[in-house]
Amino acid sequence: MSVLVYVESPKGHIKKTGNEVVSYGSRLAASLGTQCVALLIGKADDAASCGLYGASKVIHANPSSEAEFDSQSFTALISEVAQKEGADHIILSNTANGKALTGRLAIRLNAGDVTGANALPETSSGFIVSKSVFSGKAVVKYSIETPVKVISVMGNTLQPQASGSPAPVETVDMPLKATKLKVIERKTSEGIVPLPEAELVVSAGRGMKGPENWGIVEELATVLGATTSCSRPVADSGWRPHHEHVGQTGVAIRPNLYIAIGISGAIQHLAGVNNSKVMVAINKDPEAPFFKAADYGVVGDLFEVVPRLTEAIRRLKHS
Amino acid sequence: MNILVCISKTPDTTSRISFRAGDTEYNPDGITFIMNPYDEWYALVRAIELVEQNGGNVTAINVGPAANDIIIRKALAIGANDAVRIDIDPADAYVTAANIAGHARSKNYDLIMLGKETIDYNGSETGAMIAEMLDLPFVSYASALQVSGNMSTVTRDIEGGVEVCQVEGPFVLSAAKGMAEQRIPNMKGIMMAKTKPLAVEVASVQNPRVKANKYVLPPAKSGVKLISPDNMDELVRLLHEEAKVI
Ligand SMILES: Cc1cc2nc3c(=O)[nH]c(=O)nc-3n(C[C@H](O)[C@H](O)[C@H](O)COP(=O)(O)OP(=O)(O)OC[C@H]3O[C@@H](n4cnc5c(N)ncnc54)[C@H](O)[C@@H]3O)c2cc1C
Ligand SMILES: Nc1ncnc2c1ncn2[C@@H]1O[C@H](COP(=O)(O)O)[C@@H](O)[C@H]1O
Repeated sequence: MSVLVYVESPKGHIKKTGNEVVSYGSRLAASLGTQCVALLIGKADDAASCGLYGASKVIHANPSSEAEFDSQSFTALISEVAQKEGADHIILSNTANGKALTGRLAIRLNAGDVTGANALPETSSGFIVSKSVFSGKAVVKYSIETPVKVISVMGNTLQPQASGSPAPVETVDMPLKATKLKVIERKTSEGIVPLPEAELVVSAGRGMKGPENWGIVEELATVLGATTSCSRPVADSGWRPHHEHVGQTGVAIRPNLYIAIGISGAIQHLAGVNNSKVMVAINKDPEAPFFKAADYGVVGDLFEVVPRLTEAIRRLKHS
Repeated sequence: MNILVCISKTPDTTSRISFRAGDTEYNPDGITFIMNPYDEWYALVRAIELVEQNGGNVTAINVGPAANDIIIRKALAIGANDAVRIDIDPADAYVTAANIAGHARSKNYDLIMLGKETIDYNGSETGAMIAEMLDLPFVSYASALQVSGNMSTVTRDIEGGVEVCQVEGPFVLSAAKGMAEQRIPNMKGIMMAKTKPLAVEVASVQNPRVKANKYVLPPAKSGVKLISPDNMDELVRLLHEEAKVI
């Protein structure tokens, strides 16, 4: 029995979500009285750092190869390592790739699985994993009934804390199986924390009146170090890129802070954001539904309020 | 080309959520159910477009009880050629996937399409499971799909951007926004849907691996704290000292 954590290393780096799943896996391992092993596939410059977050060993497969993602070949490799290590709990990030692997691994390993866990499993009686469902209107507790379990963990579920020491790294050569899928191009924005991982998000809606007014939103985001997002009509009108669209039909996020500017707070919008820890609504209409969901509210004209907020944050950062 | 489109039924997002049997079951009473938007707007419509261009057949499949026939008929009205319902109320994604894979195994589908996730439980796992059961490639979160013979070019959403890949069929794909535009069924489609074949098959797999055994409501919000628009220093202080998020 052990816990195996698959740690993603996009462009050769482990990101915060990677540290987070290692923390999750090692805390689960501690509660089960077993060990947590981290697995990396392809280039990664800091494999040993998984030890800081609680892994007792790191297996680094094909450390010098690019290892283009394909759920089929990665599933075969991860399952093989899981079987060799006798791992019966497999932990992944709830990313696009992590989710594509979770279902496949469950089948390959005859396991039950939960995607998008929002807390550590309860292991005192049975094995219970909770996740947020129905657009944040409920939390469901799943009981996984199989001996082997696969879980993908929602971003920002716990704070990774570096308290251990670097772990020994075992490099192994396990060529990925050839498959019928080839990645030919990847386009990602540089330097910006992607929305699903962002801790701070500044979001704006139709109240902005037009794309030419986004400067004040971007400035607030820059001062905060936040990622920007938008409501659906804003993306649909081409005011902002589609990948910024949050909500039921867009990206679901759970940052520590979500600032909604000129967004009415329709249920389909809230569906993607109401797992945020703290929400601030800025809206000139005191009846806007967002005020029912928000923790803090400012009733006022966003064109005046947002620049003032940016200045106030600058003052805090300089104090 | 022959395409299988997996369609599921979800409560409309605006519906009130409640539970019964000591909060161990979701309560469907009085709820308006819809076809899962990702299945309807994106997977199904793109499948119909491809068959319109290249010839072939679109089969819609649902794993569910007879009450689901209403959404299956809607898929037929939008333009699916025929449909299959596997007669079991699936308790988890494994049961759903195993029954769909069981059906697909004896057929020659060139492509199996799903929505990227159901909007109620957001599992996003059924497609991956079907692909593994059938030993096929799987492309998730696809926002564009071009087919040329046996080769497809797919754009898929990843964190902070997109990935473009080439995949040789048959394969499994889950569809996200961008894939197609919603189609509203017209009168002719609705009339034709009544006579299109809907086959009911018995379930080959019944036992789930995961059980939803308790529902809880998220902690109630304590209510909004209003701050004067003239006092943004106060908002910043609260975010810093009280909420501790900046
Ligand atoms: C099936 C379905 C799925 C959907 N999915 C999504 C989704 O994923 N994400 C999403 O966002 N929406 C989604 N929607 C749309 C959703 O219902 C709303 O229409 C949308 O969220 C509204 O966007 P908004 O708040 O930007 O615009 P509006 O509703 O027009 O709100 C603009 C707000 O700005 C305020 N305002 C205007 N001027 C100012 C000013 N000067 N200062 C301050 N405030 C001002 C107004 O008071 C108003 O509250 C979906 C709808 C459907 C039917
Ligand atoms: N009961 C079902 N019958 C047919 N297809 C389903 C069913 N449940 C889920 N699906 C398909 O699987 C996709 C992903 O669902 P999920 O993995 O539950 O998020 C959905 O968008 C549907 O295309």
